[in-house]
Amino acid sequence: MTDVARKAGSTGREAAVFERIEAFRRRRPRLLDDVVTLAHGAGGKASAALLDAIFMPAFSNDSLAAQTDAAVLTLPSGDRLAFSTDSFVVKPLRFPGGSAGHLAVHGTVNDLAMMGASPLALSAAFVLEEGFPMDSLRAIVADMAEAAAAAGVPIVTGDTKVVDRGAADGMYISTSGVGVIPAGRELSAAKVADGDVVISSGMIGDHGTAVMLARGDLALDAEIVSDTAPLNELMECLLAAAPSTRWLRDATRGGVGTVCNELARACDLTVVLEEAALPVRPTVAAACELLGIDPLYVANEGKFVAVVAPAEAQAALTALREHPLGRDAVSIGQIRSEPPGIVVLLTAFGGTRIVDMLVGDPLPRIC
Amino acid sequence: MRFVDEYRDPTAARALVAQITALAGDDEFKFMEVCGGHTHTIYRHGIEHILPASVELVHGPGCPVCVIPMGRVDDAIAVAKEPGVIFTSFGDMMRVPGSKGNLLKAKAEGADVRFVYSPLDALRIAVDNPDREVVFFAVGFETTAPSTAITLLQARARGVSNFSVFCNHVTIVPPIKAILESPDLRLNGFLGPGHVSTVVGQRPYRFVSAQYGKPLVTAGFEPLDILHAIAMLLTQIREGRCEIENQYSRVVREEGNPRALAILEEVFELRPHFEWRGLGFISQSALKLRSEFEQFDAELRYHVPGVRVADPKACQCGEVLKGVIKPWECKVFGTACTPETPIGTCMVSSEGACAAYYNFGRMHREAAVTLGRKSVTATL
Repeated sequence: MTDVARKAGSTGREAAVFERIEAFRRRRPRLLDDVVTLAHGAGGKASAALLDAIFMPAFSNDSLAAQTDAAVLTLPSGDRLAFSTDSFVVKPLRFPGGSAGHLAVHGTVNDLAMMGASPLALSAAFVLEEGFPMDSLRAIVADMAEAAAAAGVPIVTGDTKVVDRGAADGMYISTSGVGVIPAGRELSAAKVADGDVVISSGMIGDHGTAVMLARGDLALDAEIVSDTAPLNELMECLLAAAPSTRWLRDATRGGVGTVCNELARACDLTVVLEEAALPVRPTVAAACELLGIDPLYVANEGKFVAVVAPAEAQAALTALREHPLGRDAVSIGQIRSEPPGIVVLLTAFGGTRIVDMLVGDPLPRIC
Repeated sequence: MRFVDEYRDPTAARALVAQITALAGDDEFKFMEVCGGHTHTIYRHGIEHILPASVELVHGPGCPVCVIPMGRVDDAIAVAKEPGVIFTSFGDMMRVPGSKGNLLKAKAEGADVRFVYSPLDALRIAVDNPDREVVFFAVGFETTAPSTAITLLQARARGVSNFSVFCNHVTIVPPIKAILESPDLRLNGFLGPGHVSTVVGQRPYRFVSAQYGKPLVTAGFEPLDILHAIAMLLTQIREGRCEIENQYSRVVREEGNPRALAILEEVFELRPHFEWRGLGFISQSALKLRSEFEQFDAELRYHVPGVRVADPKACQCGEVLKGVIKPWECKVFGTACTPETPIGTCMVSSEGACAAYYNFGRMHREAAVTLGRKSVTATL
């Protein structure tokens, strides 16, 4: 066999292997574990397997099956409500830039906003550990009140439970929220098309890095502040300037890399990201470099990824940049058609690589 | 980021790729990067897709996680499950499969397993928890061995009696020799390991050129380092030289780090033989604690099963580690063996060839080249 023939044969075989892998990847992940591990809460493949094996079959219905940030419920009047819930187990409870109280409000408000909904009201449930200092509780609740007021959403109902010392790590918060989706507004991965522009609403990786450093066990010191913020107003600015916006997702657990993977799967197109365009603060980039973590996978609590029509991209960026929370908004990539279902990164160095779903959880309990 | 961006400059990269393409000409070259850190850099920055097709990089055995055999993971889990033990490990080792699950699973089942960034963190945990026994799962080449050694010296000096080390440190020269002895591999040269060489220096590699007639260039871990080292290898070959050269001169010295070497000598001695995953037993290839430190030796302190477990039949980690096959040529690659359900160690560590290839490199060369041709955000 000549070298050329050997090489061609090898390329063909490699391509066949890729196809086999792609087919395998498209199968829903299976739950193989007999106990719950931290990976099941990391938002990656293990979480998807848990959902598929335990929750989806038990609760099966159309709203749930959409697996969006919030369920969309259509009222008899024809009006549509978005409905979402989230729980917060962040450790430590307080970190530079915010606390579990801020996260509990922003997390649910943002889940509603990413469906294009204007948040209407929140509920809040608390699981408190016996012995938890009343002052700490007071402070966290004050943060929630402040965050809710800033987002313009009332907390209208709630619940409190106390468990034995040791049965919870200080306190856990769970919030739910409902919001109204204006008539005619529809954000969906199905609307994403070849050539669309991918936008990040700002600097990425701040929240996860801030919480990680706040734990203090890494012996790293840097002034990194969580970006926790409500995104409902910024979402309205974007949709006013770019009404044909296709899709929105807040890049929380798993970061921009994970939400882009979810998008690529959902629309069966390629998300091409450009490394040099990714907005990362030098301090965050340096901390991640030292720890061997990719900022693409680090959680944000006040940033979204948006896909907009190319004709509206400039208007979208201009509008976002006029809002304080969108000052650093930037185009980070583009939608292409080949190869479908994956995220490709053009490296700053001039190479190309895949950005896959993250396996395992480098940073548990980040929100 | 200063001191990083300079080594990731795309303009300098294009110049080096042009130089490499010219030097390679119409011939084909195969170079092995010994170190897993290099493998990670190569895939993370997409270097394979910018190199000319005539220059092929073969991934070597220098991934400390990948070479740990299943039996040793079983031993680690057995120690972790001992009552009262806090078992500490680098994060990479947590997901390495033993014959019955991994350390993460042991943790979920109740063992107190914690991940640390440094053995000194493990020692601190021991000092903070005097009523518990703290064991550190030591893995790695001469790169990480000095930090284990210094931790043991500190533990002895401070009289910390509830701390021990499960030592799995290995040395770099024996596996390189094993690869050079391997009949089924035709290599034109080596990219020498950067971090290991910081400690051991350049001298230990002399046999590679002297006895086996292959050039070796010790390389740094930034993408430009890799390209520069490839250009240096090709230059040697074109000039008819065969030498041990140092591209990573900003960090690696000819004599290495004498202080670190002295500490290694003080704390460790060579094991008569040690099993390497996929490579089998290699004599004098690993380190154990000297008898002066036996009070800190977890293998003496605990009942360690020490049962040799054969690699799963389907797994071809050995061939991957030796560079005999590419990751995708393994029968179970990407289907039965994936990063979330790894069969082989090469699929676990971020430095493992299979994981790096699966996570970063798994795309058609033409597609990669086409996509990489133009910026997608430049117009905005």
